[in-house]
Amino acid sequence: MTGIALLIPVALLLGLGGLAAFLWSLSDGQFDDLEGAAERILIDGEAKEREPD
Amino acid sequence: MNMAVARSEFSLPGIRCAGCISKIEDGLADVPGVRAARVNLTAKRVAIEHGEELDTLALKDAISALGFAAEPVLMSGADAANHAESRRLLKALGVAGFAAMNIMLLSVSIWSGADGPTRQLFHWLSALIAMPTVAYAGQPFFRSAWGALRHGRTNMDVPISIGVLLATSLSLFETITGGAHAYFDGAVSLIFFLLAGRFLDSAMRDRARDGAAALLRQTAPGGTIEWPDGSTKWFAASDIAIGMRLLVSAGERFAADGKVETGTSEVDRSLVTGESCAEPITPGMAVIAGSLNMAGPVTVRVTAVGPDTAIAGMARLMEAAGQGRSHYVRLADRAARYYAPAVHTLAALSFVGWMIAGAGWHQALLIAVAVLIITCPCALGLAVPVAQVVASGALMRRGLLVKDGSALERLAEVDRICFDKTGTLTLGRSQLAGSPNLAAEDASIVLALARGSRHPLSKALGAALEAAGTRPAVLQDVHEAPGFGLEGIYKGMRVRLGRPGWVGASGFADEALSCGYGRNGHTAHLFCFADQLRPDAEAAVAQVVCMGLRPVILSGDCREAVLPVAHRLGMTARADMRPEAKLRAVQDYAAEGDRVLVIGDGLNDGPALSAGHVSIAPSSASDVGQNAADIVFLGDSLLPVPIAIRAAQRTMRVVRQNFALAIGYNALAVPLALAGRVTPLIAAIAMSTSSILVVANALRLNRCAR
Repeated sequence: MTGIALLIPVALLLGLGGLAAFLWSLSDGQFDDLEGAAERILIDGEAKEREPD
Repeated sequence: MNMAVARSEFSLPGIRCAGCISKIEDGLADVPGVRAARVNLTAKRVAIEHGEELDTLALKDAISALGFAAEPVLMSGADAANHAESRRLLKALGVAGFAAMNIMLLSVSIWSGADGPTRQLFHWLSALIAMPTVAYAGQPFFRSAWGALRHGRTNMDVPISIGVLLATSLSLFETITGGAHAYFDGAVSLIFFLLAGRFLDSAMRDRARDGAAALLRQTAPGGTIEWPDGSTKWFAASDIAIGMRLLVSAGERFAADGKVETGTSEVDRSLVTGESCAEPITPGMAVIAGSLNMAGPVTVRVTAVGPDTAIAGMARLMEAAGQGRSHYVRLADRAARYYAPAVHTLAALSFVGWMIAGAGWHQALLIAVAVLIITCPCALGLAVPVAQVVASGALMRRGLLVKDGSALERLAEVDRICFDKTGTLTLGRSQLAGSPNLAAEDASIVLALARGSRHPLSKALGAALEAAGTRPAVLQDVHEAPGFGLEGIYKGMRVRLGRPGWVGASGFADEALSCGYGRNGHTAHLFCFADQLRPDAEAAVAQVVCMGLRPVILSGDCREAVLPVAHRLGMTARADMRPEAKLRAVQDYAAEGDRVLVIGDGLNDGPALSAGHVSIAPSSASDVGQNAADIVFLGDSLLPVPIAIRAAQRTMRVVRQNFALAIGYNALAVPLALAGRVTPLIAAIAMSTSSILVVANALRLNRCAR
């Protein structure tokens, strides 16, 4: 019984953590361009260094 | 320097790979004034943050310099609302998924034999997870059900909402009183399954709409305005005012109605009126927004903007015509009209029956709720959206974008097709008739000349010669004589490509559709152009006739131009039709009881497209035509039309099978529920298997567009 009292909150918190991460990435726009994300890995070379403004 | 930051979006129909992304992003980063550029490959758009000193035209030129065609995107409120809806559904789906998994884990341990205080604890935990989830993730269903009930109607969401709400409250009551059965798992996984169907449906339609939006050429979203002091600035069409001077170069579309002040040219009105012949314009003549300036640059004094333009008049007609379609009731909602009262009566009867049989009100209520949960149309709610998502995906791979959710349902019912001619049955652009029939040296001179102009005829000629493998010759001093043609020097000789009279050719009546090539000391050569039928037009028409549909041509073009096409395709035709006449013809067919499919591309087809039972437009259509159409097809071939009709009919067949499967399944499970034998375990198994059956059956549609 003590095991359950520990494990259930841990399991729920982990699940909630996953849910929070999903909602955050959704509102952050990470699912807006799935095809682009798949293609961008193929772009060669370093991104150009931006000169400091 | 101005430090204010502006944001512009451009649609880039031509991008398809990582190379394009890095080329555009790196290229734009080097343009002075650009702060950041981010390409979205899914939507085929680039979002640019830039200083206000850069205007839309400068950015468009910068992208063109990188080798990509770009059009400014004007964000419409409807687009943003659709995307927000998909995002809300996805959030709700995430929440419901989390809750369903956790509650299911707790339920599994209860089913495996947990009892006493452990079961009580697990029930309470489930209740704590389930209630906020139902309140949040159930909203799409509750809102839609409430909307329907308020108007005295019923739809699929009414039995869903009642089932979910009753199951949750009864389970809560059971939990408080320490009962053995709680249905939280059933209620939450029901929401999860249904949200998955809804989200897929919404996301698929967003993709189709984005794809269609990327194609839009935006009939002149703006134009270059010349101020009295001689300076010029690019204006969006909505900002142009009466009395401004609009500069329109060759190859550009007019952004507003107006009168020509200086310059002579030819205009192509085929997208606006359906006429296939170009018309010459001279100072003093009126031009309408959306028509294409073909030959030379002209200045136009704007005479009408906003609600006074010919286009806005068309928009009002379309709005009125589109109202009939909004009354269409989708198949799932029609089914719900019979289904919802039936299951609610059944549940009420079982309650009354068990009361009479002497069971306590508590047990009778439990059984009535079990009946509601078992009959809750989980599979019915999935039957339509999943089939449509799979079919739309298959059609999208064949180049057909299904923009509207109920389009496939309506398309399957069609029994008459109205075709527009120019741009729909034909390609809507002039092509070289016959072979050029030139010596190799002349061909290379003509190609070099043709490349110097954006006139549609010279483009068509250039494309034909390039296809024949011709290489351009080296010419000196190529220049365009506006309204006449191109001139250059080849090995000391003057060469010309342009109006037949100007180059010294004669003998062809229709000047607008021919051009000549002349070289000093040689007889002039004449090229003839024609607007040709789309490839496979004959096969496509033969196929739809085979399916028992009756095709007819409604054209705004003159009789002489329509008859040969009608004859070749074996269709009846009506010519010289104004937009109002087309609209009335479609409405007359509808009044006779026909379900009309309207296929058209022009502005003049807009009202008819909105009035049709369902409508299809080619991707070459005007933006008005594409916006009004339910389905847009890519490419030149007309075969996608019969493919879409066949796919729609197969989709509806699968949807009906799904309904039969789901209802047959219920018929098996309901007696168990009536007998009071349904435990939460049985309810969960019954619900998931019927959903899986329905989804598996819908997946067969993956090959429906072959």
